[in-house]
Amino acid sequence: MKRFRAFVVKEFYHILRDARTLLILIGMPIVQILLFGYAITNEIREAPIKILDHAKDATSREITSKIVETEYFALSGYLKSEADIEAAFHDGTTKMVVVFPQDFGKNYENGIKREVQLIADATDPNTANSLVNYVEGVLADFNLKANLTSMPFQINAITRMRYNPLLEGVYYFVPGIIAILLMLVSAMMTSISITREKELGTMEVLLASPMSSGQIIIAKVIPYLILSFLDALIILALGKFVFEVPIAGSLALLLGVTLLFIMLALSLGILISTVAQTQQTALLLSLMALMLPTIMLSGFIFPVESMPIPLQIISNIVPARWFIVAVKDIMLKGSGLFIIWKEVLILCGFTLVFIAASIRKFKVRLE
Amino acid sequence: MSNETIVKVKNLVKAFGSFHAVDDISFDVHPGEIFGFLGANGAGKTTAIKMLIGLWRPTSGEANIAGFDIYKDTEKIKKNIGYMSQKFSLYADLTVRENIRLFGGIYGLSRKHIISKTDQLLHRLELRSEADTLIDDLPLGWKQKLAFSVAMIHEPKIVFLDEPTGGVDPITRRQFWELIYETASTGTTIFVTTHYMDEAEYCDRISMMVSGKIAGLGTPNELKTGFQSKNMDEVFIKIAREGKTLA
Repeated sequence: MKRFRAFVVKEFYHILRDARTLLILIGMPIVQILLFGYAITNEIREAPIKILDHAKDATSREITSKIVETEYFALSGYLKSEADIEAAFHDGTTKMVVVFPQDFGKNYENGIKREVQLIADATDPNTANSLVNYVEGVLADFNLKANLTSMPFQINAITRMRYNPLLEGVYYFVPGIIAILLMLVSAMMTSISITREKELGTMEVLLASPMSSGQIIIAKVIPYLILSFLDALIILALGKFVFEVPIAGSLALLLGVTLLFIMLALSLGILISTVAQTQQTALLLSLMALMLPTIMLSGFIFPVESMPIPLQIISNIVPARWFIVAVKDIMLKGSGLFIIWKEVLILCGFTLVFIAASIRKFKVRLE
Repeated sequence: MSNETIVKVKNLVKAFGSFHAVDDISFDVHPGEIFGFLGANGAGKTTAIKMLIGLWRPTSGEANIAGFDIYKDTEKIKKNIGYMSQKFSLYADLTVRENIRLFGGIYGLSRKHIISKTDQLLHRLELRSEADTLIDDLPLGWKQKLAFSVAMIHEPKIVFLDEPTGGVDPITRRQFWELIYETASTGTTIFVTTHYMDEAEYCDRISMMVSGKIAGLGTPNELKTGFQSKNMDEVFIKIAREGKTLA
């Protein structure tokens, strides 16, 4: 136990004395959550829009003002003719042009032709789609109010977005950021710190000491376990208090699943360090084998359901996928262990496999 | 010199596939002597030492270190020997005091013992004023001496030094050997590998290793007479280039 303590203390010295490590440990979670919370958002606000109004009547003006009133658009000016449209898109002063035809209002009242042309900049397809949807929403709303009395049969959809009523992006990102950071801190940093001892030659001295290899590894991993857990707490706290992401379910269960994922990441880190001989290899392996799949295939950014089938199959072996599902369920839906047992079981399975593989690898190396 | 042995090696072999890095070596080391383990790079010195300190399992043969069997008692061997590896083995981002405390802890010394040992060590190496300096900021000679002292922190009966003076300037090497003498004079056995032939003269007895085998074993004088050479360099050339043996 004394041996163990001396060693853990030393490991903390390494971490606390390396500015870069500290920066990753403390700076990364804060920067990531602020970045995802504020900057990277799927919602569009104040997209520049231009109006080409051939009608210039009460109806066209009313619709224009309804569109511009929404938070999604900001009016950047009126166009005089069709010829100006191309230029407006080219110089980037608009993302969308709404064209009202001649006699729009008159026709509208007479019920002859009710068309508005929407032209969107589809260099960014998602944005273009959203903008078109927003304007269509305004038009539908306008129709509904105007026809309330005249149309006897009509079906209105009343939508309710459960668990995230305002469709806040940050709700969705918090579990993903936790997964990425835990992979980074637990798996990447431990694998680098273990291979560093190999590279420097201190590992040999440690192995020649009365400490057993198991003791060495556990002592090396403990500081990262504590720090990873702290990182997860920082993200959860920032999410809750800055971005008001709810924690609907049991906090104990949430922290328990987080701890399980940390163990999994640590065992992956150990496995990498049994394969890699240098810090550089460990870094590359961690980035390629852990970070990329965690970001791309976990459902964090791209929904698993919309991936091609082969990638969907591969995503099954990305541990973060299961962790993110479990965390979302606990935080947003308030699910209990009874609901997420499958994910928990899968994470346990991964952890055991990685630990077993590390022990095997380690034994082979000693022979 | 007594007939007791602290290291007893018999027909030791380490094979990697068909390549025998250590090929059937046998020798004894007596308590209190400085035993030099010489050979060119790649002759098998490091492989042999790694088996003796319990890091690697031999392919076949027997060895006994400080009364413990290298197959069954590796844990006991580790507690009872000191080891300084080829690469520098202290932590550069820890201070002198922290390094001493760490290795004291690893070797199971009590808190009180570590404090008194630290004091004694700093005094002997005249490093008292540098106790809280990072290892990184120390000159190489001091680092080397400190690494040696730290390897001896649990006062083992025998210490294994694997090319402790590799890449070190002649003055520092000289100082380092003074420290080795000082330690040997207290009765500690020193097992040292080197490829510097001039260092062979400092040893009580030496073994010359060539491609996994021991080609010569004895005191420096015995070897020089045996190979009719003026100095150890010549002995080495005769063994390595002309394939002569005297084991």
